[in-house]
Amino acid sequence: MSQNAEKVIDHFELFRGPEYTGMLENKKCMFENPVPAEELERVSEWTKSDEYRKINFARAALTINPAKACQPLGAVFAALGFEGTLPFVHGSQGCVAYYRSHFSRHFKEPTSAVSSSMTEDAAVFGGLKNMIDGLANCYTLYKPKMIAVSTTCMAEVIGDDLNAFIKNSKEAGSVPETLDVPFAHTPAFVGSHVTGYDNSLKGIIEHFWDGKAGTAPKLERKPNGKLNFIGGFDGYTVGNMREIKRLFDLMGIEYTILGDNSDVWDTPGDGEFRMYDGGTTLEDAANAVHAKATISMQEFCTEKTLELIENKGQEVVAFNHPVGVEGTDRFLLEVSRLTGKSIPTAITKERGRLVDAIADSSAHIHGKKFALYGDPDLTLGLAAFLLELGAEPTHILSTNGGKAWQEKAEALLASSPFGKNCHVYAGKDLWHMRSLLFTEPVDFLIGNTYGKFLERDTKTPLIRLGFPIFDRHHHHRYPVWGYQGGLNVLVTILDKIFDQMDQTTNDVAKNDYSFDIIR
Amino acid sequence: MEYNFFGPSKVAASLREIANHFDDTIKEGAERVIAKYQALTDATIARFRPRLEGKKVMLFVGGLRPRHVIGAYEDLGMEVVGTGYEFGHNDDYQRTTHYVKDGTLIYDDVTAFEFEKFVEKVQPDLVGSGIKEKYIFQKMGVPFRQMHSWDYSGPYHGYDGFAIFARDMDMAINAPVWRLTKAPW
Repeated sequence: MSQNAEKVIDHFELFRGPEYTGMLENKKCMFENPVPAEELERVSEWTKSDEYRKINFARAALTINPAKACQPLGAVFAALGFEGTLPFVHGSQGCVAYYRSHFSRHFKEPTSAVSSSMTEDAAVFGGLKNMIDGLANCYTLYKPKMIAVSTTCMAEVIGDDLNAFIKNSKEAGSVPETLDVPFAHTPAFVGSHVTGYDNSLKGIIEHFWDGKAGTAPKLERKPNGKLNFIGGFDGYTVGNMREIKRLFDLMGIEYTILGDNSDVWDTPGDGEFRMYDGGTTLEDAANAVHAKATISMQEFCTEKTLELIENKGQEVVAFNHPVGVEGTDRFLLEVSRLTGKSIPTAITKERGRLVDAIADSSAHIHGKKFALYGDPDLTLGLAAFLLELGAEPTHILSTNGGKAWQEKAEALLASSPFGKNCHVYAGKDLWHMRSLLFTEPVDFLIGNTYGKFLERDTKTPLIRLGFPIFDRHHHHRYPVWGYQGGLNVLVTILDKIFDQMDQTTNDVAKNDYSFDIIR
Repeated sequence: MEYNFFGPSKVAASLREIANHFDDTIKEGAERVIAKYQALTDATIARFRPRLEGKKVMLFVGGLRPRHVIGAYEDLGMEVVGTGYEFGHNDDYQRTTHYVKDGTLIYDDVTAFEFEKFVEKVQPDLVGSGIKEKYIFQKMGVPFRQMHSWDYSGPYHGYDGFAIFARDMDMAINAPVWRLTKAPW
């Protein structure tokens, strides 16, 4: 018997005991009709070949392990960034359970969102009644300051009209006429979570600036000197937003964060559950129309939103998730140009410290090959940082990256001698990445938690940077933006490199001539 | 036919009930299995029951667990004071009545709002539910275990699993962190 009350073992060890391994082996032989081990081995090896890679890349009607999520997930992210806001997803309960679980697993925090609980009858007859009752329940039970409505596949397939539905609901008295109920159509079968973020954020801004769906006068822009800042869909939003605020405060800038999730997903464990905490105030969201300019840290998360803002007469500047020295330089220079505020010595010193750290460590990164995948902006930001470190971002893949992303990534690679033999893969998935890792091996893989299966398969050590990260805790609390953020990313990469170095040099009397104390 | 393999009392009862459908060889076999695990069961209860005796639990899970895990808690001297199903039907609630004491709070497809209010009012020592509920109750200072994924631990079924179940409930309820919730000023 493997189990012991004094030293209890769980599934990690329990199922390695003879009674379980014997049972599972028996089950396999008797009931699973397994192919012979040699055949399994043959096919497994074949999937690692160039021949298989060609077939894999010719694949048209099948996606395997896409590195992206759906629009409504991004819509919920954007909505949660506003004060007292409850995301209301017009669709089935299961969809909302997914968004909530997904965010809770990444941030280790509660995530509140409601569903209009559509079922078969709503799919046939339309979801108006669900909307009317749902809004009423949501408002009565949870007393939100704003309800931000988005949709799922079901509501979009049957073509529910949110604008009309919300008007009808208000007429039916389900929520007060004056309650802010912005909306966005976010069909899950088009685009990805970054598109949903964009649509939802645009819906909220449009609501406040353009007359609240015809119920109030449109705001007239009276330009002031303030700066709007949009972070985009970002797994590091807790650390990043606080870092950006710290930098802006150091520069003495007047700013509005449009969509601030940093306190929403970092509430204290002090005996009280805060369903709402932090977020951009609704007043600030409205007044943001008067700002001089808007900066987006993630261009591909905010394409439509920035268009709307630009049409209001503001200057808009978009970055691609800047990470590292030059990315942060460009960001701060733009902030300085737009606001007329100089970059203080304290920040310049931080820059110097990051440069110093890179100089200290770059010999361990220089010339190393990396594969990386993730959202369009994140991959651009990380690839730029890798080039800055003298590393080669050999495979850059983004399932939700399109043609514009591909061109940008290729231009980035062309700008550095370290990008010479590197390639960009737009719209490809993690099964494509598997072929790349087998046929053109690299030293390290950068990606989210799902990369751990590629790590196991191809033995390429995984550096966890991205979203979601379920199997390591609390990294979202540390920024990856700003010079401090660059330092965090540098350390994350270095830690893996050193761990790998130690693990491959620790066989006693074999390769331990390099198992050293100092690196 | 419905059997339950959570907690040694229900495991033994289920094994005997299943064996009753067969001949004496199987009946003896069931007794042999029960006897084989008696020492582990006794040692598990001896170690963990004193740390968990009298603790109150509220559950909200799917499948059959809202009733099936009750026996496992009772084997450790704990009391399930509230339970409910997300998608349960009438027969689920009928069967639940055989498991619970009078006065147990039963909730069907409980909303986040209702669950939070129930927990505030009843003040259990442990809540067992899913990932969407976990962080809400931990913020409130209430120990919590996920009872869908076994909080990435488990299994909780069978005799081996009961030891893991007991260890996990102990580490949730008696974690030193719950003494730190309130600042000393």
